[in-house]
Amino acid sequence: MSNIPSELKYTKSHEWVRIEGDGTVTVGISDHAQALLGDMVFVELPEPGTSLDAGEECAVVESVKAASDVYAPMTGEVLAANELLEDAPETINTDAYNDGWLFRIKLADEAELKELLDAEAYAELVAEEDH
Amino acid sequence: MPQHTPLYQQHLAAKAKMVDFAGWEMPVHYGSQLEEHHQVRRDAGMFDVSHMVVLDLAGPAVSDFLRRLLANDVARLNATPGRALYSCMLNERGGVIDDLIVYFMNDNGYRMVVNAATRDKDLAWIAQQATAFEVSIRERDDLAMIAVQGPNARDKTRTALGEALAPAMALKPFFATECSDELFVARTGYTGEDGFEIMLPAAQAGGVWKALLAAGVAPIGLGARDTLRLEAGMNLYGQDMDEDTSPLEAGLAWTVAFEPAGRDFIGRAALEAQHEAGPARKLVGLLLEGRGVLRAHQKVVTTAGEGETTSGSFSPTLGQAIALARVPATAGQTCEVEIRGKRLPARIVKYPFVRHGQPCITYTQTL
Repeated sequence: MSNIPSELKYTKSHEWVRIEGDGTVTVGISDHAQALLGDMVFVELPEPGTSLDAGEECAVVESVKAASDVYAPMTGEVLAANELLEDAPETINTDAYNDGWLFRIKLADEAELKELLDAEAYAELVAEEDH
Repeated sequence: MPQHTPLYQQHLAAKAKMVDFAGWEMPVHYGSQLEEHHQVRRDAGMFDVSHMVVLDLAGPAVSDFLRRLLANDVARLNATPGRALYSCMLNERGGVIDDLIVYFMNDNGYRMVVNAATRDKDLAWIAQQATAFEVSIRERDDLAMIAVQGPNARDKTRTALGEALAPAMALKPFFATECSDELFVARTGYTGEDGFEIMLPAAQAGGVWKALLAAGVAPIGLGARDTLRLEAGMNLYGQDMDEDTSPLEAGLAWTVAFEPAGRDFIGRAALEAQHEAGPARKLVGLLLEGRGVLRAHQKVVTTAGEGETTSGSFSPTLGQAIALARVPATAGQTCEVEIRGKRLPARIVKYPFVRHGQPCITYTQTL
């Protein structure tokens, strides 16, 4: 079973979003997504200052097996990217929801938060994909 | 319905992630592909390769037939029982129908192992070519095959199988022996490590697998099998060569026996013409200079023109991306690889990248 923390929001493309409460969010990929991809060996992250549109391809995570695009869950500006991952991409496998975060966004429109899935809805999506 | 090997239940018991491979439901990993890769480089791992196709060829004309069918020359085996030869099987255009290993068994017979993904076309081609010869071909789908690979593979296999394995312990690389009627053991593999490939009756496969597990041999999936063979610079059929690629353009010139000149193997005329003119392309190793991952079918730009990666991955042993690529024959020592629209610098190197657990990259000299 996948680990799906209830305090986070999710996207259909398997990103997680932590609402920081100061107009910013932190983004990563879900435990389900890292398990499907397998051992991570390379991460390409957006530069701080980059403007992102919701749904835009903005990062790439690559496992030994395959490359996978990461989509911006929200519109906004990249505040920071997780530099730790450059040397230790496997952190996404070991700690997808904490040290394995990918980037932070300063939101352009907080109303977009309503579009995200809650943990329960995301768990259903994962369960459907497994069958 | 997917096919299952005799070891299917063992894979499920080991919690393998199963995937389709050429119609077979096979383990891609048992948890971590990276750990499995290192396990083989550092200790010992085992692969279920029972989906591969074992053919026993027999008859008074069997040597003549194989000297016609194969680009390498089974006469090189000097009629030495158990001796193995790697060869391509070509079409008339010199393209590779499949690559295979053939073992000399006795004056009347050979054993051949071909790829699972090419089974149907291989069997059709072989049957078609065999009509002119007094040869019988028997597919040994009653056998399972387990490859045990790694620096400790032979010792641990000996522990697992006991006295029955004693004759195999004396084998030189690329030789095989029948430890009994039921147990054919070859000192061959597809990882760049020492080890055995064991063919045995399907009904015994589960027991041997469990004995190997108990001896400390870890199960390894197809994922690590691919990164291991890539580090070892071994071609994968359908990826690094195919029916439109000659062995001369696939780094396999060493497997083509042009001598003796009178041996008329299929594809000879086409290869001779290409050999004389000089092949337009060559297969090289690539080492990505910076961060990123090389994959198959990325564009390669050299000073001599463009080429393409045929296999690529992150190399767990080297900690950087490697690839095999087909490039113009006059390409030099550097190139750029296009990854997601960006051109990244890479070095053109001689493969293998890794042998017996150790990096062994050499930069291409000359040109």
